[in-house]
Amino acid sequence: MTAKELKDKSIELRRKTLEIIYNAKAGHTGGSLSIMDILNVLYNRIMNVSPENFNDANRDRYIQSKGHSVEALYTVLADRGFFPEEDLMTLCQYQSPYIGHPTKGVNGMEQNTGGLGHGLPICCGNALAAKKDNSGVKVYTVLGDGEMAEGSNWEAMMFAAHYKLDNLCAILDYNKLQITGSNAEVMGLEPVAKKLEAFGWAVKEVDGHDYDALIETFESLPFEEGKPSFVIAHTVKGKGVSFMENNIKWHHGVPSAEQMEMAREELLIKEEV
Amino acid sequence: METKEIKNEVLLGKPNLEVFSATMQKLAETDRGIMAVTSDSRGSGKLVPFGQKFPEQIVEVGIAEQNLVGVATGLAAMGKKAFAVSPACFLTARSLEQIKNDVCYSDNPVKLIGISAGVSYGALGSTHHSLHDYAVLRAINNITIVAPADNFETEAAIRSAAEMETPVYIRFGKKAMPQNLGSIDFEFGKGRVLKEGSDLTFVATGEGVWPAYQAALKLEEEGIHATVLSIHTIKPLDTGLIEKFASNGQPILTVEEHSVNGGLGEAVASHLFQNGFRNKFKIVGLPDDHTVHGSQVEIFDHYGISEEGLTKTAIELLK
Repeated sequence: MTAKELKDKSIELRRKTLEIIYNAKAGHTGGSLSIMDILNVLYNRIMNVSPENFNDANRDRYIQSKGHSVEALYTVLADRGFFPEEDLMTLCQYQSPYIGHPTKGVNGMEQNTGGLGHGLPICCGNALAAKKDNSGVKVYTVLGDGEMAEGSNWEAMMFAAHYKLDNLCAILDYNKLQITGSNAEVMGLEPVAKKLEAFGWAVKEVDGHDYDALIETFESLPFEEGKPSFVIAHTVKGKGVSFMENNIKWHHGVPSAEQMEMAREELLIKEEV
Repeated sequence: METKEIKNEVLLGKPNLEVFSATMQKLAETDRGIMAVTSDSRGSGKLVPFGQKFPEQIVEVGIAEQNLVGVATGLAAMGKKAFAVSPACFLTARSLEQIKNDVCYSDNPVKLIGISAGVSYGALGSTHHSLHDYAVLRAINNITIVAPADNFETEAAIRSAAEMETPVYIRFGKKAMPQNLGSIDFEFGKGRVLKEGSDLTFVATGEGVWPAYQAALKLEEEGIHATVLSIHTIKPLDTGLIEKFASNGQPILTVEEHSVNGGLGEAVASHLFQNGFRNKFKIVGLPDDHTVHGSQVEIFDHYGISEEGLTKTAIELLK
């Protein structure tokens, strides 16, 4: 898909994500809107994974380390055809497989996540196995910025650089907010690019909502041969709905009927000027 | 059921740890999917020769146990037979969330190998003891928990683990153990009857089995006939076998190198009590207290996990 097509799709994906959260009266709204464009590009342009090849050992792997933003992933997977979209209206219901964090009970999910700091170590194992098998498989993960305080991420970062896992791409959803407040208030992460580079990763910074930039960034993987790649995606929590943007209230806030109607109005596909 | 003559002479074998590493080498000869993942623990895991012979099949993660289990998970998810090898104390405490989420909840068939388990590190102290591992892992679903008693059970357990498609935890120590205390039948979840007697039943696991066996031989001299069961698989528990030897009402004495809280003893007691059994019952293990300092043997002796201690406890229980 072209950047323009993906961008148009993102508006619909955001609206659907909000609809399922509104219906379930639960979900991680801000973070789901934050990572939507990244997932849209990965699943619809970059990764070699589809409902048709999901049982093929040589598919690319995506593990969502920030498991709480699962509503965005569900929406993208449904749109990609992994399961019927109407299934998502059971989100968080009794005995529904569509729970509040990724689980393998849902077609298209690679691993169960939700505890933070778990995705990157597993991706390291995936990427190392792919290297040993010369399979050409690429491995992707999205991490939250608050999640970067988990020590296991830094253990995995040392590992990925040591084993030269240039088939691994970690993406930081850098919206700079976490549940209590800003990263800077809760646990300072800066200078994050320098830290990642010092850990032996090749790093690129990108506007996480700019489709041309995201595509260009992902199409240039690996950024450096013999190094794992880290994409620092500058994002906006709650992106796409004006009253949700950059407001920690929407970390797991659920819209009221009135707010949902306002959000729907904002999320209409508009022709670019 | 097989009955067994009393063996007064037990052939001493190697440490189960060495049997583990030798078995890994044998498996890797024919299976390129076998991977040993270590946390600067290839020396303690006796895996240096393995690493030299199969450099592509050993993965070093450094001293980073959370990443150890995460990486092993990622390898297993890609079809490798990943054995995460680390001292049991760190493996089952520091990486507990990875075991719970990445391995068990996510259904990844990682083989978790807890080396130098229990109080094997002796005088190095409680930081290095694992007296909690059965308890914490018993409370996590989708994992088989194994503590082999002798060299035979260790090799059989490692071979079985390689073929498992569900998570498994196997722990053992580094002190020489008997070659084989019983028959050559092994299956996860099926206990072994090492000796049969109608006065008392020892239900033991791991390195608690040998002292129980020795005590049973000693009791024989006193005219007391004891059964000895090696319950190498703590979960799933061989409840059928335990019920069989509880059904005549004889006292039951459980033996384990673990806290008396949450281990084999409580698992057996819970099953029997809930199923109407009211046998006299004693759990022998490490008490809910700071562990005394000393070698593994001294610690075992201190808490009565020994021929002498178990003989005495058995006689008390029979009064």
